[in-house]
Amino acid sequence: MSAEDVLVELRDVRKYFPVKRGIVFDRVIGQVRAVDGVSFSIRRGETFGLVGESGCGKSTIGRLLLKLDEPTSGQIRFAGRDIAGFDAAETLAFRRRVQAVFQDPYSSLNPRMTVEEIVGEPLLVHSIEASRAGRLQRVRQLLSVCGLPARSVDSYPHEMSGGQRQRVGIARALALRPDFIVCDEAVSALDVSIQAQIVRLLQELRSEFGLTYLFIGHDLSVVRHICRRVAVMYLGRIAEIADSDILFDEGCHPYTQALLASVPVPDPEIEHRRAHQMIRGEIPSPMNPPSGCVFHPRCPLADESCRRSVPELRKAGEEHDVACPKVGPADISPAWLTDKAKADAVPGGPGRS
Amino acid sequence: MTEQALIDTFEAPPRRQRGWAKLRGVLLSDRKALFGLVILSLFTIAAIFGPWIAPYDPNAMSFDMMLSPSWSHPLGTDDLGRDLLSRIIVGTQVSMFVGVATVAIALVVGVTLGVLAGYFGGWLDHIIMRYIDLQWAFPNIIIAVYLVAVFGTGLLNLIIAISLAFFDDFARIARGMVLSIKEEQYIAAARTVGVSHLRIMWRHILPNAMAPIIVQATVSVSYAILAEASLSFLGLGVEATTPTWGLILAEARSFITRAWGLGIFPGIAIMLTVLSINFIGDALRDFLDVRETKESA
Repeated sequence: MSAEDVLVELRDVRKYFPVKRGIVFDRVIGQVRAVDGVSFSIRRGETFGLVGESGCGKSTIGRLLLKLDEPTSGQIRFAGRDIAGFDAAETLAFRRRVQAVFQDPYSSLNPRMTVEEIVGEPLLVHSIEASRAGRLQRVRQLLSVCGLPARSVDSYPHEMSGGQRQRVGIARALALRPDFIVCDEAVSALDVSIQAQIVRLLQELRSEFGLTYLFIGHDLSVVRHICRRVAVMYLGRIAEIADSDILFDEGCHPYTQALLASVPVPDPEIEHRRAHQMIRGEIPSPMNPPSGCVFHPRCPLADESCRRSVPELRKAGEEHDVACPKVGPADISPAWLTDKAKADAVPGGPGRS
Repeated sequence: MTEQALIDTFEAPPRRQRGWAKLRGVLLSDRKALFGLVILSLFTIAAIFGPWIAPYDPNAMSFDMMLSPSWSHPLGTDDLGRDLLSRIIVGTQVSMFVGVATVAIALVVGVTLGVLAGYFGGWLDHIIMRYIDLQWAFPNIIIAVYLVAVFGTGLLNLIIAISLAFFDDFARIARGMVLSIKEEQYIAAARTVGVSHLRIMWRHILPNAMAPIIVQATVSVSYAILAEASLSFLGLGVEATTPTWGLILAEARSFITRAWGLGIFPGIAIMLTVLSINFIGDALRDFLDVRETKESA
């Protein structure tokens, strides 16, 4: 991967939230390790997926990339520059290039602003269109690009459906013609049929405007459908990063395996026959993460060494890194999955149709 | 841009009813608001033209003390034989001015401090809120008495003193609203777009925090009128020769067993004012809430 290709790069990023107690005088009694040493890079023009169960820190990474929160340590580089070092003017320029589509179409639009005001606000704030008439025209164009009728400029968000509202959110993100869009669970709150429309819209916009996406989600079939590379996160750390097809077909980290096995197959016969290797226990508290490999209390492969040493990401193949010493290129099919179960559970998968 | 986009650009969509037209629509369709508007207009006329409307000189004394309502004195006379109707009419000016001006100042100061404290948090929040806790430890009227004692008497100082004593409630409410609103995703979206803090507070937070603040403002008007009465009664307000509703009410206490009208009529005047402002406040809240005005707009 050459350096010019990389648009966004995270280097050992950590974000710890202090937990305070006390009424008048706060004292820090602990830290939530939302993101704990994450490194990856996103290439220009690709769609990078970030999956994991809720609370694993994927949305925090989104917020850090949007410069809504500052990382505790580590570096986030956008187009080769550390975003922490930006002054006010540079931050504003950065905001023109990096936008976001948020999860909840009911809370991501100000209920007291019309669509015109919502989509026009970026144009106003960045002085792209000074006159209201000019803004109105641009807003209508943006709405039309996002598949909304021009007359919706006068609507309030509560007058629209979830899918329409999400289109308004996308139009707002596009208003500044950004290079990079963080889609934080952008389709999770929508009906399945609407999800498909929005995913298609996002894909069309990507090719039309040359966008790069970070697609955060927990729906594996959607992520597989839209993303070229995918990172699996668990408790603030990356478990596995791979090319989308490699991950979904040959993902070898025990957690990835468990995630893939938990996706229901829309065929009752296969669903009934395949082995349900359910993940044991609950996700531990990020305030007090387990020692060594954070996954070891729930991992079927864990032994004494997993309790002691933190596994590093290591190469498991071309475009494939995994943070588990027990699996890898030498042993791509873990012993605990029988060949029969693996054949049924992993290949194909949903979203492949 | 597609061809359809170009076509849509030139299509003129019907514009929504906005601003004054919409406000008028809301006020006229709401009977209670209409009632409030009429009453408040009458009081406003009385406030402006009071000295000319009043049938008697409000300070002219006579020996016809504590008369019951009659044709010559529609609301009776007080303990010094002054015509009660004239005193209430002339008193409208000071009472309404104190009530409205006080709340306006308290609202602006309180909401500003509350929004700043809630939005920025940290040490600014600590300083502002600890001061407000301090002020909460004392009854409002004690603070107002203290402030008048410092500033000196007079109408302007009275208004400043009462508004400073009242702003803490507004600050608290505003801060509470801001704390919940700033976690909404549209605030994160606004920051992502690059909207300045000032504009986020003004355009995104304040309009969504207004409803409970309006309720507090309408309730506070009555407290302000009564606070003026208490201070005037203690000799810390306006001069004793200036009739105000609160002052008339306060003086009536000693004679309430012998002249019932002395307490009732100024009380009704205060009640009608507060009720009208409440009704208009409700209508204003509906007007500002885009969801509820959908039918009436």
